[in-house]
Amino acid sequence: MAPFDAVSALIGGGLIGLAAVLLMLLNGRIAGVSGILGEALTGDDRGWRLAFLIGLIAAPLLLGAVGRPLPVPWMPSSFTIVIAAGLLVGFGTRLGGGCTSGHGVCGIARLSPRSIVATVVFIATAMGVLAVMRHGLGG
Amino acid sequence: MPSVLAALVSGLIFGFGLAISGMTQPTKVLGFLDVLGLKSGTWDPTLAFVMIGALAVAAPGYLLARRRDRPLLAPVAAWPKKADIDRPLLAGAVLFGIGWGLVGLCPGPAIANLTTLSSRIIAFVIAMAVGMLALDFWRSSRAVDSMGRWARIR
Repeated sequence: MAPFDAVSALIGGGLIGLAAVLLMLLNGRIAGVSGILGEALTGDDRGWRLAFLIGLIAAPLLLGAVGRPLPVPWMPSSFTIVIAAGLLVGFGTRLGGGCTSGHGVCGIARLSPRSIVATVVFIATAMGVLAVMRHGLGG
Repeated sequence: MPSVLAALVSGLIFGFGLAISGMTQPTKVLGFLDVLGLKSGTWDPTLAFVMIGALAVAAPGYLLARRRDRPLLAPVAAWPKKADIDRPLLAGAVLFGIGWGLVGLCPGPAIANLTTLSSRIIAFVIAMAVGMLALDFWRSSRAVDSMGRWARIR
């Protein structure tokens, strides 16, 4: 695993924030990835949503072209866990109206109590899952 | 058409941010979520720094956007209107948190990882899309029953 690098983390985070601000200033839209994907799957006004998703998919390719390819992501060996987690993330983010980007960045940036609560709940839940899975606590 | 191009650029910058910060690597995310790693010295603070960097730009940027009458390329700004902390919000956050903790992937990094062509990433993204469609299907079938409890608390 790559060591902790505060500068890369802050710069990368700043770019995520910049992307969110641009999408609001230009298009008047929230840069919440689960909402954008969910609405691209079922809603109307798909054009800008698909364009955003294409940008998100293409960015690592461009970084690869300048010599900074994405490392192959570590994933659990069990396909059952991968698929169960994907279903939970898809269903949960749409039910809760947002994910790490929509609630965690865009919502907290505008000090939405709803988003602050959602972010605390999903981070705390995920921490609980890790505590049980890695350390066998709480059963 | 300009708004589609703007969304493409925003998506690109978002993807650069995820890749540069290391958030496309699930082990970095899990390293943050594993708070018991604080004891063993394996805890990874990266996610917190990414959030700080993102909020340091997004918070003042949103203040600026709020003061403008309208976006440059659209008639109105679609600021979220919901304000209540209701059961769908909490239940959704818990379900998402379980899935996130299991694998260390949330929607943005999962999609940004698609070009690694990892079979597990592709399976995750398909399952995520199915989960989203399942919610829409469930909601539309619930909406028919307007006297239902779920419909009321929504």
